[in-house]
Amino acid sequence: MSWLTPDINFKIISPELIILIVALLVLILEPLLKGRSKNILPHISWIGVALALVSVITLWNREELGFNQMFILDNFSCFFKIIFLSGTLLVILSSISYLKEEKIFHGEYFSLILFATFGMMLMASSLNLIVIFLGLEIMSLCLYILAGFRRYDLKSNESSMKYFLIGAFASGFLLYGIAMLYGATNSTNLKEILIFTQGFENPLFLFIGLGLILVGLGFKIASFPFHMWVPDVYEGAPTPITAFISSGPKAAGFSALLRILLFAFGSLHIDWSFVLWILAVLTMSFGNVIALSQTNIKRLLAYSSIAHAGYVLVALVAGGDSGISSAMFYLLAYTFMNIGAFIIIIFLGEKKVNLDDYSGLVTKYPILGITLALFMFSLAGFPPTSGFMAKFYVFSSAIKSGYTGLAIIGVLNSFVSVYYYLRVVVIMFMRAPVDEVQKVPIPFFLGLALLFSVWGTLHLGILPQSFLTLAQNSIFSPF
Amino acid sequence: MQFFIFLIVSIILVVASILVIVQRNPVVSALFLIAALCAQAILYLLLNATFLAVIQIIVYAGAIMVLFLFVIMLLNLRKDEFGFEKRKAQRFFGILFAILLLVELGVVIKIGLSKIPSTEFSLDPDFGGVQSIGKALFTDYLLPFELTSVLLLVAMVGAIVLAKKKL
Repeated sequence: MSWLTPDINFKIISPELIILIVALLVLILEPLLKGRSKNILPHISWIGVALALVSVITLWNREELGFNQMFILDNFSCFFKIIFLSGTLLVILSSISYLKEEKIFHGEYFSLILFATFGMMLMASSLNLIVIFLGLEIMSLCLYILAGFRRYDLKSNESSMKYFLIGAFASGFLLYGIAMLYGATNSTNLKEILIFTQGFENPLFLFIGLGLILVGLGFKIASFPFHMWVPDVYEGAPTPITAFISSGPKAAGFSALLRILLFAFGSLHIDWSFVLWILAVLTMSFGNVIALSQTNIKRLLAYSSIAHAGYVLVALVAGGDSGISSAMFYLLAYTFMNIGAFIIIIFLGEKKVNLDDYSGLVTKYPILGITLALFMFSLAGFPPTSGFMAKFYVFSSAIKSGYTGLAIIGVLNSFVSVYYYLRVVVIMFMRAPVDEVQKVPIPFFLGLALLFSVWGTLHLGILPQSFLTLAQNSIFSPF
Repeated sequence: MQFFIFLIVSIILVVASILVIVQRNPVVSALFLIAALCAQAILYLLLNATFLAVIQIIVYAGAIMVLFLFVIMLLNLRKDEFGFEKRKAQRFFGILFAILLLVELGVVIKIGLSKIPSTEFSLDPDFGGVQSIGKALFTDYLLPFELTSVLLLVAMVGAIVLAKKKL
């Protein structure tokens, strides 16, 4: 009998391994540490994330395959890992004071966030549908649990339960789609599917499979007909987790979609772009229109995140080099501005989530008021911020590929969105403060996270060139 | 001959699956689920996947179903909780979409049947056996295999986090 050696390459999965080891370390330390010494757990976690970030950067500009062609290290995956890891870093830093206030400071929280990040990173750098599915499941399972982390709160329970049921349903769709693709192409490897789709005859199974995969991932990125879980889950989940769900997993879903649609199915762009065109228009319009009437800021940002998924879908429809790079740039910009806006909501606590609670915020907390205004301007897409540049690149890539109508609908949609974003700003600046509660100082680590996201939002808005070239250098070769 | 077995087993599988969801009593539907899983195991056998068929019966029809029945027993449902209310609009749309799906299925079968490759595959003598599955799991599919362990760990942590009385 001959010995078979598995194709193991630890170097290319080193960022994932760091995250996994730190997650396990936190999990082991949690029962061993007692009382105040537990305070080091979040610090271990964010240091681990920072280390992983460093190791991603050292792996930049390399292209290697490993694990029997299941895992790929390329700039595309590295760029997405930078998005995930910076999002995770911001969430961990801003959670510390929140967890203590809510009395849910447990090590498992950080460990689960790290496991979720591990799953996302796998999704971004996998060339095999099975690994994409496993990464998605690891990520989603952590999120279901984290959404219900405020166990005494009924809304949190509801959020966790709804997310779990709908997410499990979506996973079923995705898996069925993968089975169909396997039936059609005899492989789950995206490269082999690419070779197959370049052939002359494509069986019907292939399109059924692709449609089912679209449905499954559509749930994760919250595109239009599959968005119904978003507002309830966002409202009920602990606020740092809401920030986490709205940035990382969405980007992870898009990374898988980009690889599947533009890499494996790149040659069939004409066939699927029409479906995505409709989805993009509906997602943008639906999110923006419903957001107009929201009075709860978490629900408002939930609908806004649906709308933003629509903008990224525009870039997917455009396709090609500029479509991929603009989608990546958009997701990076969105991570900073969205988590930034959530950090302020995290600071104000779980009881102040109505828009009326924000009246006169700027007189009480001038820095928080101004930064929240900055993030709102960025989400709406005003010039000196990252939101403007991101939307600019997405819409110009759509025009470049000949989808002028789609770009016009997108721009009109961002006009609609200005109303509800500015309403928050108006309430903060123009109204008198309502309550006379004692002013609390801003916790150090939360302030640090806020500073980091302000930097990201302004840097990507004023000097976008460096990150844009980074995104342009990191596209996989589309078909 | 093989085709007839396939046909009979598939019919059993489909009917049992439908009965799982139309039964009002959860215990009865759990029993039908066992029937469906056993029929599935026979389908695996027809595909020469002997090991998978055995595992299917031991793990799913055996261990997991017992767990299901335990949970149903522990829930201690009252009589009225076994049923559910039906709404008229729901029934209408349900029938409408079911018909749509049926038409779709017909189209797929009509187009798809002609495209099924008729060539005979020559199989490895050990195909579907323990050894070949083990080989595949520890060489080609090593990464997914290891990732599954992370997934199970997360599930365990989650169960404890959500259900333990005092964290």
